Amino acid sequence: MPIQSLNMALRALVLVAIFFAGAWGQSSGVIDDFLFYIPDVQYLMGQHLWLTAVSGGLAILVAIPVGIVLSRPSMERWAETVMQVFNIGTTIPTLAVLALAMSFLGIGTVPSVFALFVATLLPIVRNTYTGLRGVDPALLEAAAGIGMSPMQRLFRVELPNALYVIFAGIRTALVLNVGTVPLAFLIGGGGLGELIFTGIDLFDPVMMLAGAIPTALLAVLVDACIAVAAFLMIQRGVNPDRA
Amino acid sequence: MIRLDNLTKVFDTPKGAVVAADRISLEVPPGEICILLGPSGCGKTTILKMINRIVQPTSGKVFINGEDALNMNLEELRRGIGYVIQQIGLFPNMTIEENITIVPKLLGWDPAKYKERARELMAMISMEPDSFLNRYPSELSGGQQQRIGVARALAADPPVMLMDEPFGAIDPINRATIQDEFLIMQEQLKKTIMFVSHDIDEAIKMGDRIAVFRKGHLVQYDTPDDLLAAPRNTFIESFLGEDRAFKRLSLVKVREVVSDNIGTVTPDDSLETALKRMDDFGYQLSILVVNNRHQPVGMVSRAVARTTRGFCGDHLQNVPATIELDDNLHKAAALMFAKDTVWLPCVDAEGRVRGQISQRAMTHHLGARFRSQENGSHHSSTPVEE
Ligand SMILES: Nc1ncnc2c1ncn2[C@@H]1O[C@H](COP(=O)(O)OP(=O)(O)OP(=O)(O)O)[C@@H](O)[C@H]1O
Ligand SMILES: [Mg+2]
Repeated sequence: MPIQSLNMALRALVLVAIFFAGAWGQSSGVIDDFLFYIPDVQYLMGQHLWLTAVSGGLAILVAIPVGIVLSRPSMERWAETVMQVFNIGTTIPTLAVLALAMSFLGIGTVPSVFALFVATLLPIVRNTYTGLRGVDPALLEAAAGIGMSPMQRLFRVELPNALYVIFAGIRTALVLNVGTVPLAFLIGGGGLGELIFTGIDLFDPVMMLAGAIPTALLAVLVDACIAVAAFLMIQRGVNPDRA
Repeated sequence: MIRLDNLTKVFDTPKGAVVAADRISLEVPPGEICILLGPSGCGKTTILKMINRIVQPTSGKVFINGEDALNMNLEELRRGIGYVIQQIGLFPNMTIEENITIVPKLLGWDPAKYKERARELMAMISMEPDSFLNRYPSELSGGQQQRIGVARALAADPPVMLMDEPFGAIDPINRATIQDEFLIMQEQLKKTIMFVSHDIDEAIKMGDRIAVFRKGHLVQYDTPDDLLAAPRNTFIESFLGEDRAFKRLSLVKVREVVSDNIGTVTPDDSLETALKRMDDFGYQLSILVVNNRHQPVGMVSRAVARTTRGFCGDHLQNVPATIELDDNLHKAAALMFAKDTVWLPCVDAEGRVRGQISQRAMTHHLGARFRSQENGSHHSSTPVEE
């Protein structure tokens, strides 16, 4: 009972806070300032999402096959070494990757997509690899013993059973991607970074927030979309969320 | 038919070579169940896996129906062999129905046929199709999962089966049921089966032949009765247990031991006749009374026959128990102990008395086999590898 009433009190407090924030925003003109950026936000958000979709989509298309190849028994000798190299790759800051991309691809969309692609690739490769390696050997033996070909084993047994881990990788990678896209503005890639960085340069917090808040919302949205996709696509038997 | 010819597997491990199977040669005739028996780590699973080439033999050959398994197309070979793995290995991403029907699907059956087959198999493993087919393996108990594993291996009705401790996780009552069901199925389908077991009682019940292994060696390969009657060495003796003579009881049918020399009277005979017949046959306690269709209706005791006059029909006592000719000695012995009697009338399927079985005859029968085997093995004392 006391916890419940505390909860109620807290909710009431939040509502009151939101009301006063709104009232203050209205009276000080901040809301009007925000509204002023709406056309920009709409346009840049489209650009932002486009960068994420292209670089993320490419990364998924490349990373999953790479993860699959690395997880094959015949690659066992190389796989760990390659994964180590990939892990080192992850530690290079994205800003440095952007700078490198710019130095040989110039400025604009192409180097931006490339740098984002590289940053997104690694978590997906790693999760695909560990997910596939983590499939219970007894399942592989049963699948082989039943007379499945290596391809049938991969598509009917290994991938479905690794899918949860692979999706976790995609989720991490794409959320990271959305959060990294603003840096693309620095090499002329566009996106919500334009408002953020210009806002910082001009000491205009409203402009900066007009870029930052939609970026954060996009990250949350992408995260939720992938969670829903995972929920729907992963069979109930191997989906802890649906157990 | 499965034939192993000098099959050998040596595993190279960091701690040196492990010989999991050392020149194993044995043959399972078509339609028979061969039990691979032995302590943990003796190589049973390895031998099984070399047959469907999950494990590559170091040397030696495997023949399935005369064909060299090592030269066959791998997927074809495996689809013709039902395989039950020790770890069960149901696919967690598939429903029970999908798990059971996976091999028929790989073989391209049409959906109506394999769905029908799934229900048939569920009935065979005594699980309710409607409540289980749409569940996932994680929603089943270990024993239920194991039964599904057996159903999956049986799905496409393969002529050869490899089963690695298929009933290990099932409780004793259900296990006995499944074993019985399985034997009934085997009676009709006559598959050639290699079956790994730890459990000597299961081996005796299920096996046409038993191969006992120790540390990668095949120590003895015999029918259950011969194995129990004449274990080759002390290892097998200790593995079979002190009570191996009792275990043989379940292998011998009453029919093999019954004596048709039984004295009976009818209800219309006088007690005098009954007493005389007891003396003729040397019965100390009582004599069986049968009707005109030769079915037992009661007993007349010696005490009554000696002190009373009249007809047997008026002095009937209950028959403690009867046993059918197709029952085994295990049941006969159990009934004798339960009813405190040293003999039982034996009846056929129609309930007609066909003879009697006594405790002495039972012990004599088991002992006679044992004695002849012992004498036999003295002459041909085959060297036994240890
Ligand atoms: N892949 C492997 N690599 C190395 N050694 C192995 C391998 N598989 C089995 N062995 C060894 O081979 C021997 C036989 O193993 P196997 O699994 O055939 O025993 P088992 O008779 O089936 O035992 P259990 O009754 O416990 O299942 C053991 O000593 C085991 O350690
Ligand atoms: Mg084993």
